[in-house]
Amino acid sequence: MTVSRLRKSFGKHLILDSVDLDVTEGTVHALLGPNGAGKTTIVQILSTLLRPDAGEVRVAGHDLATEPGLVRAAIGVTGQFSAVDNMLSGQENLMLMADLHHLSRAAGRQRAAGLLERFDLNEAARKPVATYSGGMRRRLDLAMTLVGEPRVIFLDEPTAGLDPRSRRTMWEIIRGKVSRGVTILLTTQYLEEADQLADDITVLDHGTVVASGTPDELKRLIPGGRDLDDVFFALTGKPHAGQENPR
Amino acid sequence: MSSMSLAMRDTAAMVRRDLRHSVRFPMMAVSGILVPVVFLLLFAGVFGRALHAGIGATAGSGRYIDYLAPGILVMTAGFSAETTALKVCTDFRQGIIDRFRTMAIARAAVLAGQAVGSLTRAMISAVLVVAVAVGLGFRSSASPVAWIAAVGVFAMLAFALTWLAVAFGLQASTPAGANGLSLLVAILPFVSSAFVPTATMPAGVRWFAQNQPFTPVITALRGLLTGGPIGPSAILAAAWCTGIALAGYLWALAVYNRGPGASPAALAR
Repeated sequence: MTVSRLRKSFGKHLILDSVDLDVTEGTVHALLGPNGAGKTTIVQILSTLLRPDAGEVRVAGHDLATEPGLVRAAIGVTGQFSAVDNMLSGQENLMLMADLHHLSRAAGRQRAAGLLERFDLNEAARKPVATYSGGMRRRLDLAMTLVGEPRVIFLDEPTAGLDPRSRRTMWEIIRGKVSRGVTILLTTQYLEEADQLADDITVLDHGTVVASGTPDELKRLIPGGRDLDDVFFALTGKPHAGQENPR
Repeated sequence: MSSMSLAMRDTAAMVRRDLRHSVRFPMMAVSGILVPVVFLLLFAGVFGRALHAGIGATAGSGRYIDYLAPGILVMTAGFSAETTALKVCTDFRQGIIDRFRTMAIARAAVLAGQAVGSLTRAMISAVLVVAVAVGLGFRSSASPVAWIAAVGVFAMLAFALTWLAVAFGLQASTPAGANGLSLLVAILPFVSSAFVPTATMPAGVRWFAQNQPFTPVITALRGLLTGGPIGPSAILAAAWCTGIALAGYLWALAVYNRGPGASPAALAR
């Protein structure tokens, strides 16, 4: 996945100003930045939800502007707000995804059962999603993204608002996917999350890239910087939102 | 598999989703289906005698229920569209719609699913209205062929209003806004030949009533079911319905393709 000179503005408001990204296949790349840095906008553009004003984007080897259909076929997205159907049960949500990926009835049922098991949703499988807790909803959300076995996954703040245990479960799942060769672009405000999961980090502020590199490289950027906390503060002048990070 | 049959499969999945919503949370669908029956009962049972006395024997049989039933059928399509606008507006605020947008599925399938569900509800509602009307004394002189034609005219109107409703539901930023459509489709039939002949209205109103889209549909339905004159109404009705359906479809697709709900909150990130 490569992004070069990506620009996007809403009206007079410049959201992204010439952003470059290079995400290696089979790695986790974290977009780190304070609120309003443009993280979600990048995910929305890369997942074909928004059209960029300028810039070149290739996702899974396909040009975003000319082959959006092929990009869509290769990606899976779990956004910041749960993209589940509240009126259906967990099982029905997964079967809907299976239908839309044109799996056979039997194959769809099998994949849904596997995901319900893996995401610890078996007990609630037949209950309407409206009754799910926040953590269950996130797990279902990610499970739905995985039904199509995407090669590239976008995760927009996948653990925001989750309790420490659910967060850990989520991390395990993400690590599991990467070990099977999937590429992940993740946005987060939690430094610990980036430190734990990411092979590479891009720090954004006000729609521009202020630093990028491996977690260790970033820590070395700041003289006396002990952890990403210091780096983040030095680069953006803001304490990060994940201050009270659960540990 | 061809892209056409893939699109059909996507649409079928969306229709199942929509019908499942109706079964799971029947309140909205059921009230949408029942409202026309209530109107039929009101106009036949409460206002019927006075209206009949006022307009005299206009219907073929001279009975008001025969005059009224086709008008109520037209309202049925309108009420069903109103439910659809509300449903679409509520549904498209759900995050799952953005998920659909990022998936390799036929673009129109999400909308078509809603439209087919809506059409199904309209048909059920119409069958119910006809059944109750027959219970109230409605007798049709129509041949089987005329009945099939009447079903066709109704389906045409319901199809057109459905697409208009989908577009309205998408365009409106709140369910209250989507209610704007209900005003249009609930008031317009009153200013038509649905309840009283246009000839009884004052000149300006009469001109409007005679030239608005609901009137030719009502005239065609009435002619088919109770044997009144149809004249150019059938063609006019077809033209109006085609125009409304096409405009609604293109409008809906344009709004859908514009991208995710561009709410200020979404932009701030």
